[in-house]
Amino acid sequence: MKSVNDVVCSFCGCLCDDIEVTIDNNQITKTKKACALGKARLLTVEDTERLRKPLIREQGKLIDTTLDQAIKNSAEILSNARLPLLYGWSTTSCEAQKIGLEIAEEIGGIFDNTTSVCHGPTTLAFHEVGMSTCTLGEVKNRADVVIYWGSNPLEAHPRHLSRYTYHSKGFFRKSSKERQLIVVDARETKTAKLATHFLKVKPNNDYELLSALRIAVKTGDLDHETVAGIPKERIIEIAELMKNAEYGALFFGLGLTMSRGKHRNIDAAICLTSDLNAHTKWIIMPMRGHYNVTGVNAVSAWITGFPFGIDFSRGYPRYNPGETTAVELLLREEVDAALIVASDPVSNFPIKAAEHLARIPMIAIDPHRTPTTEVADVVIPSAIVGIEVEGTAYRMDRVPLRLKKIVEPPAGCLPDEEILEKMLKAIKKS
Amino acid sequence: MRRKDESLKVVIITGRTLDQGRAIEGKKISEDLLNIAAICELCPEDMEKLRIKEGETVKLRTDYGENILIAKSSESIDTGIVFIPMGLWANRVISPNTGNIGMPSFKGVRGTLTAALGEKPSTPKEFIRKLLKLKQ
Repeated sequence: MKSVNDVVCSFCGCLCDDIEVTIDNNQITKTKKACALGKARLLTVEDTERLRKPLIREQGKLIDTTLDQAIKNSAEILSNARLPLLYGWSTTSCEAQKIGLEIAEEIGGIFDNTTSVCHGPTTLAFHEVGMSTCTLGEVKNRADVVIYWGSNPLEAHPRHLSRYTYHSKGFFRKSSKERQLIVVDARETKTAKLATHFLKVKPNNDYELLSALRIAVKTGDLDHETVAGIPKERIIEIAELMKNAEYGALFFGLGLTMSRGKHRNIDAAICLTSDLNAHTKWIIMPMRGHYNVTGVNAVSAWITGFPFGIDFSRGYPRYNPGETTAVELLLREEVDAALIVASDPVSNFPIKAAEHLARIPMIAIDPHRTPTTEVADVVIPSAIVGIEVEGTAYRMDRVPLRLKKIVEPPAGCLPDEEILEKMLKAIKKS
Repeated sequence: MRRKDESLKVVIITGRTLDQGRAIEGKKISEDLLNIAAICELCPEDMEKLRIKEGETVKLRTDYGENILIAKSSESIDTGIVFIPMGLWANRVISPNTGNIGMPSFKGVRGTLTAALGEKPSTPKEFIRKLLKLKQ
């Protein structure tokens, strides 16, 4: 039995780097400090739905095969495709993402990551108006007013409040007694129940409320008695509270990016923090979900100049969200093959998009069985990054951290990086 | 007596729950997922209007599809709003319309909710079987 300290959890964008793990006979038997989500990731490495052998579809059924054969079939599918989609990438290492981009360039495919269905709108707003942001350490040490807008960290990022914001022990702010927590949501979530101020916004009315707050910050008044279901006096009170903060931090989630307005909501939220910077210090940060979705944006941007939805079909990288992003490509039935890495779009995409994915030849690389691997034509089992293989990942505040290997992967389960290298080699040969 | 035509106009919100997040790790084709993600949370007042009890099933219809879901009472939701954990079931009813920016409308879609006593939500394996039929 041995213990490993300072393990970086590879579940969500918090990348908590203080986890303690007990290992007995190459099995993780106990974790300390991990949240329920991190624990689930660390303790279910050896579950029943773990993929252990490469599979190929023959006469409608997935059957065991060798890794060489699975790589050969994958290379054939991708090389023969007119416009292949390479999608996923947010729960693997930056090293694997880099090879994914090389494959996309080699075959003239489209490289998209899960950003397009989470914080894609955030990226579009960022292109338009920039963003005043910082690292989570700054928030922990300095923030006295913290806002979560359309985000429920107690269920999606359970340690965000205790490690970085409301409950954290920072240099200048020692506890929640020295901070105020504002939650804006259409539901009274678990996080909302903790808040010092909760604004229950009408669904699809976030843009209106953000605009009203901007007006109240600028003029101290409002023309309407209620906006988005919130009384005028309450909006003016919150605007004053924001202006009087010493260091404010606005975190936002998919409640803003997925509701009506989408990128315009984020644009308004960023502009609200910009306006507040005329009075005091405010930063804004998206609550990134998958542990390395920030990493795939960084890797894609430094290689191609673009963060997601990158089209190599003309021989050079091109970026036009809406045209070069996965959901539209599938809805328009434009792509004719797919490589899915560490993602489950069959579960997570609108049904019409999932249906086209099922129709076309598809390769899935994943540690576990998922609805995506079940409808794939080639399935390659992989080792889990941050548990069975090391690698680099970016925390939601764009700080890169090195993930550890703490146990051996099951026999035959290679790192994504190695599988993709073999695939690239086979594609170059074919 | 329950009237068959009782229905509610609702706004649908989808999102992460702790249980759904935990199930990502190796439980994605398990039937256990039904009680985790084939859920429709609605306020007690709306449950009353539909005359359903917690654990009974409802049918949610939108312009984009329909689904049978297990009703769950929630005090944190206002009347006229339902919450479904993200995943297979939610994605049968949300709007694929991206407004040409890549992002479907996972939140804020309007739908109609009716009681569907005796009906059962599809299992992940049933969804998979339907998709496999599309393969040429």
